[in-house]
Amino acid sequence: MSDVLAAAQIVDLPRIPIGQWAEGLVDWLDQNVGLGLELIDDAVRNSFDGILALLTWAPAEVMILLFTILAFVVRGWGFALFALLGIGFVESMGRFEPMMQTTALIIVASAIAIVISIPVGILAARSVGVSRVVRPILDLMQTMPPFVYLIPTVFFFSIGATPGVVATVVFALPPGVRLTELGIRQVDAEMVEAGQAFGAPPRQILSGIQLPLAMPSIMAGVNQVIMLSLSMVVIAGMVGAPGLGQSVYEAVTRVQIGAGAEAGLSVVILAIFVDRLTSAFGAGKGIWSRLRASPSMASQ
Amino acid sequence: MATVRADKIYKIFGRHAKDVVTQLENGVSRDELQKQGATPAVINASFQVREGETFVVMGLSGSGKSTLIRTLNGLLPPTSGHVYVDDQDITTMPPKDIRQVRQNTMSMVFQHFALFPHRTIMENASYGLRVRGMDSSERREKGRQALELVGLKGWENHYPRQLSGGMQQRVGLARALAAETDVLLMDEAFSALDPLIRRDMQDQLIDLQHKLAKTIIFITHDLNEAMRLGDRIAVMRDGEIVQIGTTKQILDEPADDYVAQFVQDVDRSRVLTAGAIAEQITTIAPGSETSSTLELMRGADLGAVFVVDDALRLVGALSYAAAAQAAGRSERWIDGSVDRQVPTTPPEAPIVEVFEQAAGTELPVAVVKQDGTLLGALPRTALLRALGKQATSTNHQAQQGFQQPPAGAVQEAADV
Repeated sequence: MSDVLAAAQIVDLPRIPIGQWAEGLVDWLDQNVGLGLELIDDAVRNSFDGILALLTWAPAEVMILLFTILAFVVRGWGFALFALLGIGFVESMGRFEPMMQTTALIIVASAIAIVISIPVGILAARSVGVSRVVRPILDLMQTMPPFVYLIPTVFFFSIGATPGVVATVVFALPPGVRLTELGIRQVDAEMVEAGQAFGAPPRQILSGIQLPLAMPSIMAGVNQVIMLSLSMVVIAGMVGAPGLGQSVYEAVTRVQIGAGAEAGLSVVILAIFVDRLTSAFGAGKGIWSRLRASPSMASQ
Repeated sequence: MATVRADKIYKIFGRHAKDVVTQLENGVSRDELQKQGATPAVINASFQVREGETFVVMGLSGSGKSTLIRTLNGLLPPTSGHVYVDDQDITTMPPKDIRQVRQNTMSMVFQHFALFPHRTIMENASYGLRVRGMDSSERREKGRQALELVGLKGWENHYPRQLSGGMQQRVGLARALAAETDVLLMDEAFSALDPLIRRDMQDQLIDLQHKLAKTIIFITHDLNEAMRLGDRIAVMRDGEIVQIGTTKQILDEPADDYVAQFVQDVDRSRVLTAGAIAEQITTIAPGSETSSTLELMRGADLGAVFVVDDALRLVGALSYAAAAQAAGRSERWIDGSVDRQVPTTPPEAPIVEVFEQAAGTELPVAVVKQDGTLLGALPRTALLRALGKQATSTNHQAQQGFQQPPAGAVQEAADV
């Protein structure tokens, strides 16, 4: 027994300085692509401010009414009632403003994530090589604890909305890529073959056959991106991203049980609202089914 | 019009495909190569499809027929060999030119229809034209015509899921017809339909083919279907074409035991058509003299002659008895004795439909084309002889003691 222990001491594993490398990489990025980082910072800040201004251009009561109408148009009476009572409840707790800040963050972050993830998903579906490279990167992005993203983003962008958005984009991106790739790969091979048999070029097969048929899966991906954005945006409160996340974080650090419960409930209501709104999209309910049916009719 | 010619096509799935071709050429067996992990799907297939011909490739599942048809329009490039469409070798064409051929010369109908669920019937039917870049109003017009041709007028704005299987395949057919290509590739086009609807679709295809005279390459596992539709049939087995011939040739002179086994359960009365077994018959013009006609019939020992006009259209028939009676009454011209109620049949009718007519008359049944011209005649002896060959070939089978073909084959041959 003691021999074994002695042997273990003899084999002295060298320490691989992953941590130092990561720091080195971040330093290098900060020094060499500083201008790019500034541009990103500006763009994110401006779009966040713009969207927030839009979401709060009228008094809370008017906005709640508008959200209720939106809910009615998208899904119907039940959802409209939920929106009216739920968001009204948040306002009664005095948390309408942070809720809108969080919503603006979600919109910016998920828009960026969707704009990146769908084209990457399409590329991955069309090329086995791209798929092989992308998959482990997505695995890494999904399994890395989300707090870890926050550290370098704070370093690059300091405290505020931008590091929150950037970390959120990284965290929320993978399902968008995966479900786009899956959706396109799942399109019946005979459909694609039919397109080929009539002489359609690959681009036309993608836009006219694969993407429309993969749409439910892609929309499920969009829904997932938005929901993950929401959960990450709350965590991003830790790095000074405004909104409900900050309220939650303050409540935690100051052990304010009441404030924590209020902010937490507001997050839940926002989450349900956003999920129902965007999943109606993928399932082709309400107005979305009409919107989705009309382009193909117009194209004839 | 267009012809399609396949020249020594090989299609091998798996690695080292080219080496496998060489090995096959050197006589290594397919089974041997399959053990090594290669899948020779099509082996040395050569044939030429003529303009306006319906060429059927028949084989059981796994015989390589679906692979073969996909090499013809380049969906699967052959491992070796060449495909000529209108004497252009499509196997060496760049993808852009192959797409041109598919847009303008060959279209395809699929086993499971492959309609686009997100497009309306009209959009589906005019898809090929859209790909070709035709403007919207023109392709609507052609799509409408094609849908009317297959009997789907009024369904333009529905979606595929709202249609039954048979109707969906009509849309598939309309999509191929609207493209106005000379060649139609039909991959098990009717196999997914139930027997009654399948029969309907076969009738409709035969009908359309009369009107449009496309060059059709039709894949099926159903021998009855093959024999009903095909001008010529290529029988495939384990990737190889074992025989190419007309229905009659395949029934009467099967190239090998496999084909013989395959056809032994075929109901000859249903697959042989009146046109295929029609015999030449002596014809006379209206206004012939009775005496010379009677002499002619006596000399050649004819029971009857047919009377046709200048354009070879059938006027009537004259039996020996009627001619003799007319002579007895000293009538100078035959016209008064001509029987104008001759039983007739179209050439594509299976002979089973001719028996009843044949039983009701002493005269041979006249085989008359759609335009009214006489193709030939079916005396009762010809009908009986056509069936009789079945008995001989079946006996031959029994003596040789062949194995039964796979259960599926019997089933499929029997289910129409």
